[in-house]
Amino acid sequence: MNSAQLSDDLITTVLVIYALAFCLQAAGLAVERVKRNTRKSPNMATAAVGARYVPDGGITEVAHDRSGYGVVGRMGTVLLGFGFVLNLSSVILRGMAAGRAPWGNMYEFAIVGAAAIVAAYLAGLRVYPIERIGIWVIGLALVILGCAVTILYTPAADLIPVLNSYWLAIHVAAAIIAGGAFTVAAVASLAQLLRRRHRSDGEADSLEGVSYGLILFAFPVWTFAVIAGAVWAEAAWGRYWGWDPKETWAFITWVFYAAYLHAQSTAGWRGRRAAWFSLLGYAAFIFNFVGVNIWLPGLHSYAGV
Amino acid sequence: MSKRSTSVRPSHGWGWARWVWRTLTSMRTAVVLLIFLALAAVPGSFLPQRNVASDPASVQRFYLEHPGIAPWLDRFSLFDVYAAPWFAAVYMLLLVSMMGCVLPRCARLWRECRAAPARPPTQLSRLERFREFPSDVPVDAVLSRAAEFLRRRRYRVVLTDTDVRAEKGYLREVGNLAFHLSLLVLLVGVAIGKLFGFEGRAALAEGETFTNVQSSYDAFTPSALTQVDGLTSFSMTLESLDAEFALGGPRMGEPRAFDARVTYTRDDGSAESTNIRPNQPLNIEGTKLFLSGHGYAPRVTVRDGDGEVAFSGPVIFLPMDGNFTSDGVIKAPNASPVQLGFQGLLLPTGPGRESDRSQFPDLFAPRLDLTAYTGDLGMDSGLPQSVFTLERAGLEKVGDQSLRVGETMKLPDGAGTITFDGVDRFANFQIAYDPGKEISLVAAIMLMVGLTASLLIRRRRVWVRCSQSSRGVIVEMAGHSLTRRGSPAADFDDLVRALTEPTSPEARS
Ligand code: HEM
Repeated sequence: MNSAQLSDDLITTVLVIYALAFCLQAAGLAVERVKRNTRKSPNMATAAVGARYVPDGGITEVAHDRSGYGVVGRMGTVLLGFGFVLNLSSVILRGMAAGRAPWGNMYEFAIVGAAAIVAAYLAGLRVYPIERIGIWVIGLALVILGCAVTILYTPAADLIPVLNSYWLAIHVAAAIIAGGAFTVAAVASLAQLLRRRHRSDGEADSLEGVSYGLILFAFPVWTFAVIAGAVWAEAAWGRYWGWDPKETWAFITWVFYAAYLHAQSTAGWRGRRAAWFSLLGYAAFIFNFVGVNIWLPGLHSYAGV
Repeated sequence: MSKRSTSVRPSHGWGWARWVWRTLTSMRTAVVLLIFLALAAVPGSFLPQRNVASDPASVQRFYLEHPGIAPWLDRFSLFDVYAAPWFAAVYMLLLVSMMGCVLPRCARLWRECRAAPARPPTQLSRLERFREFPSDVPVDAVLSRAAEFLRRRRYRVVLTDTDVRAEKGYLREVGNLAFHLSLLVLLVGVAIGKLFGFEGRAALAEGETFTNVQSSYDAFTPSALTQVDGLTSFSMTLESLDAEFALGGPRMGEPRAFDARVTYTRDDGSAESTNIRPNQPLNIEGTKLFLSGHGYAPRVTVRDGDGEVAFSGPVIFLPMDGNFTSDGVIKAPNASPVQLGFQGLLLPTGPGRESDRSQFPDLFAPRLDLTAYTGDLGMDSGLPQSVFTLERAGLEKVGDQSLRVGETMKLPDGAGTITFDGVDRFANFQIAYDPGKEISLVAAIMLMVGLTASLLIRRRRVWVRCSQSSRGVIVEMAGHSLTRRGSPAADFDDLVRALTEPTSPEARS
């Protein structure tokens, strides 16, 4: 069996494993809820995630109690980690099959993107108590992989000459890493908005801390991706910035996230408003990867959308 | 600002101006302006744009398809969004707001750097991190140990009789400042490029030579201050162009490699050979030449009714589809007794008769379909004419034929002949000169470094205070972050450990 074939088969396996992890996480949440209801302790939700706002606005993570999450959910996390390793292997095999960085078309963006999202979630899990949003993150990864194997699939092949540059590896890798973190941040912001916000809702605050931390990491990485793209554009097309639709939406994404960071430093804008900016930034990011490739003509046309 | 309470002075004009300035430079305005900037960039990605290189004819096409709304969109600069006055207004306001916001912060930073770290607040236990413990070591020993520990961690430390005050992370503010100022530098870089640079295009068939003067360009877009007469002087000959396409597999026909072999001669007469490929431009003293496209140029010989050669050479045909079905026009205005013109279609891999679409982008079985015209080409009228169209008004169609290489088409009534000699390739070069890009690159690096510093570094303070009570020494420690993110736990916990552990040689190393 050659490595291209192996990569394709692995992706199918990963889909199954992520689906199982999804079910386990769902079961874990259900078990926890039942336990909580029988215990009739309305404060459990807040107690399980312990982040605390200090008066001047800094967030401190205090040691949090993850025990409420349950054995079943934790098994889901372990399975997710296993799926991630296979996902990463399939990406590497794909790269070996094509003899280049494995992110040259939409199918490849999708499988690397799914890996980046799961990686961002697993990394986030080491710092923040975000088990509760895990189910949404896995759900997203499943949808992306599902699209990859059904509508986006293309066999491994060489690149068109203009993509054939080491800048592809640098620029797109940075964009995808930032994308993984932006995704988990957006899920956290959405969860934050969906919680009806009381004055001192510990869980909403904790979710805000998660999205803030992840965006703090992802924003410079995204900035780097945009700059690397500009340097590459200068080498490939003779201008470093030309308001091509792809460039324009990268800029829009960047400015929305800059607004998010400023909102976090603005009295009265933290909380729900800032969360909306996080979602706006993410919408622009996703539109750039999906909408621009499909609807807007430009120089950034990838073979086999 | 303590002035606010006393500003009931009757200074109408100034009070108003101060209010405007304070509003403009507030953080809330920054957020709103940033959102405006993002939204203002959106329409340019959906509507065709004049100065976006990918398709120069797109605005004209939009005008034809939507004659009703196009002039209205144009009135609001919507075909030129990124050069529109309202777009400029948003980013200029943003930059002014930014300066008004960031410069005072810098001044404050400068003062704080020269002052000693702040004295501890009375209620240390209210701060983000707090620890209190008894100690059996004398006060001055505890404090000097704490001071030494913090100095080793590169805090700025002040040691008094009763407390230690320490602060670190000033670089965060420096980074923030560098980052915001880099945006101004970037604007300068972009502006220089937009004022002095130019962009152009030129197509060259194999063997042809390009001289860097404005008239040699097929398209040339100078800027306001471009020195059109002072272009870097050089000439460049396209020796050959190689193209490679995927011969099989799922992506059959997709390009795999382009390689233009060129020889260029500088002003001083020195000649050099090199290759231009995608992602590998040729740079001649800041003027850069990029291989941006390619196509085919059939070589033909046209003889007129007298048997004289009226035209001979390659003619550039423009590709129309992915398999390089290309169309073009051959004109022989010098033919006598009547002028000759040909409308042509070139199929690099042409099937027999059944189709007029090329089957593959490479040159496997070229076929040239010609429609011949005689009469007046209309080239003497003085009006400029495109080399890619025939002015049919004065012409009469006299026949059509498909030719393979080497074949000749005879026109009726002895009007002349045309021979298909072969096919050359041509290369499209994008030629650009941007004297501001080094400045923009410096700005980008400054931006990246400043941003990383301002996001990673946490400015934070630590205080240690000792008091002598009846039961011994009580140590109070507090730490707090001046940034949105909390201060790192590790520093604090290590300090606690260093102060509670019994003094031993290891603890000090
Ligand atoms: C031109 C567009 C601007 C961009 C792209 C931008 C971007 C950024 C970014 C990415 C940060 C880092 C966020 C952080 O440290 O948490 C930041 C911080 C900051 N920006 Fe801007 N900014 C812009 C304009 C402005 C303006 C107009 C103001 C003032 C009205 C301003 C004031 C500040 C301040 C005070 C900080 C530090 C915030 C803090 O200490 O938490 N910026 N900016």
